[in-house]
Amino acid sequence: MVKTFLRRLLQIIPTLLVVVSITFVITRMIPGNPAVTLLGPQASVEDIAKLEEELGLNDSLWKQYTDYVGKLLKGDFGKSYSFNQPVAKLLMDRLPNTLLISLTSIVLAILIGIPIGIISAVKQYTPFDYISMVLALIGVSMPIFWLGLMLVLVFSVNLGWLPSLGMGSLENGLKDVILHMVLPVTCLTTIPTATFARITRSSMLEVINAEYIKSIRAGGLKEGVIIYKHALKNALPPIVTVLGIQLASSFTGAILTETIFSWPGMGTLIVGAIENRDYMLIQGAVVLTAAAFVFINLIVDIVYMIINPKVNLDNAKGGE
Amino acid sequence: MTEKKDLLGIEAQVEMLNKERKSNNAWNKLKRNKTAMFGLVIICIMVFMVITADIISPYDPNALDLGNAYSKPGVNGHIFGTDEFGRDLLSRIIYGSRISILVAVGATLVAGAIGLVLGLISGYSGGIIDSILMRIMDGMMAFPFVLLAILLMTILGSGAVNVVLAIGIANVPIFARIVRGQVLVVKNEEYCNAVRVLGASNFRLLFGHILPNIISPVIVQATLSTAGSIISEAALSFLGLGISPPTASWGNILRGGKDYLNTAPHIAMISGFFILITVLGFNLLGDGIRDVLDPKMKK
Repeated sequence: MVKTFLRRLLQIIPTLLVVVSITFVITRMIPGNPAVTLLGPQASVEDIAKLEEELGLNDSLWKQYTDYVGKLLKGDFGKSYSFNQPVAKLLMDRLPNTLLISLTSIVLAILIGIPIGIISAVKQYTPFDYISMVLALIGVSMPIFWLGLMLVLVFSVNLGWLPSLGMGSLENGLKDVILHMVLPVTCLTTIPTATFARITRSSMLEVINAEYIKSIRAGGLKEGVIIYKHALKNALPPIVTVLGIQLASSFTGAILTETIFSWPGMGTLIVGAIENRDYMLIQGAVVLTAAAFVFINLIVDIVYMIINPKVNLDNAKGGE
Repeated sequence: MTEKKDLLGIEAQVEMLNKERKSNNAWNKLKRNKTAMFGLVIICIMVFMVITADIISPYDPNALDLGNAYSKPGVNGHIFGTDEFGRDLLSRIIYGSRISILVAVGATLVAGAIGLVLGLISGYSGGIIDSILMRIMDGMMAFPFVLLAILLMTILGSGAVNVVLAIGIANVPIFARIVRGQVLVVKNEEYCNAVRVLGASNFRLLFGHILPNIISPVIVQATLSTAGSIISEAALSFLGLGISPPTASWGNILRGGKDYLNTAPHIAMISGFFILITVLGFNLLGDGIRDVLDPKMKK
């Protein structure tokens, strides 16, 4: 167990290196000169040359790369040209806002999606099952930027119930922030909720029909205990895998959702940075996001090993 | 049963076996799956729109008529109304289907082709090549999908071909991983050893014998990836990085409609609805094919 865990931990080093390298190469390939973008079209040739020197744009690519990796290892993400602030500070300002809506939406998705999946599986082929599975299918097919616009149309434009822009301010009380969260979170939670409902249903169905559940039932245990204690436990591994994927893609969803609702998070930061050709900021934001992905996957794998001992035995070559 | 077969004589037996094979054949199984068929019908309607766009469009999709801008659906003979420039929305949706669906299919083909080759190489050769390729795939998968596509679009610049490339490349790791996993299972099976002993080249073994046996999950993933790519194209165009106006795509019609939610909500409503329905169609078909091809996922 410990050995597998350590090997898995070591695997993330090359992955992180690939992430940093891909990001570096891609940002360097973005057309446009950041010095020109920064100073504007009227800037003199001397000013541009001076700024290029300052930004290290004249060094060889290899030197820029090693400098960048070296600084990253020390936790230095460089300085944003367009904000004129350290990238690390900008990221730390924005990251909590994104986490606020993406984690809230994942928690909601777990609380709503998994119970729906369980009930659908237990009451297979009932109207509840049909209706919730049709809704779930529509949910996973939903273009969330469209859903976001429709939510704004109904609840902000037509009904005027909810604010559609920004995240409000704690100075106006917690209620203000929560009201601003309703639409973005609804938007973000749709796909994960639908996905959890579907995967929970199919995983539960597989387990419920297994022989050992039948024999437990024959033993006379209460149905509720069978479902929630025995069946759910065994149906969990695929659900955990999906949880990892959904956690990761909630970041992707956040990029689009934040753009629609002008939510001041990582998504709007990255889109703005790309528009401004802010190399350092793009690099920092992308590396942070991707590193978060890598760690989420690591955690999911570990949880998976714990709840599903089979994986472990396979790796340890006949540990039985 | 066997007695009956004997009584029927050899010809009748062959006929019966054929019938049995027919009803077990994948297409016939798929035909019995109502939701998959519903998905296929949606896709057929969309493909019909793609092919006949020039004939069935009531108006020129790019003809401006500023006097008639923001017409509500049904007004002045515009079934879906008009957009902010007075262009007929129905015609733009029909022409938009071309871009949206062709881009999605193209991106899936790019991803499938590259992923297939990388997966075959990685799974078959193993060792250091496998490790390097898979670490690169891990690295690519570590990027939020839309983010990777956004970055690629920033480099490539907007345009349909570049959208195909960006979405296609971002989709490669999924295919490579699926194919690799399948190759690892299949490559040590008896028939592969037999082919190898008979002296077939690696190329022949991979493409002639292994590939046909692992193609099912790739087909399922391709159908689902097409659904995902329709959304990705729309997302990129929605962010202003995909297909640039005046060429119509469902994503950029939606982007246009976003600014007129107060005055002309039908623009955003209708274009997004078409995205949703088409994605739903591909997802239904993909689910259906998976049920048919994967015997483990029995109903």
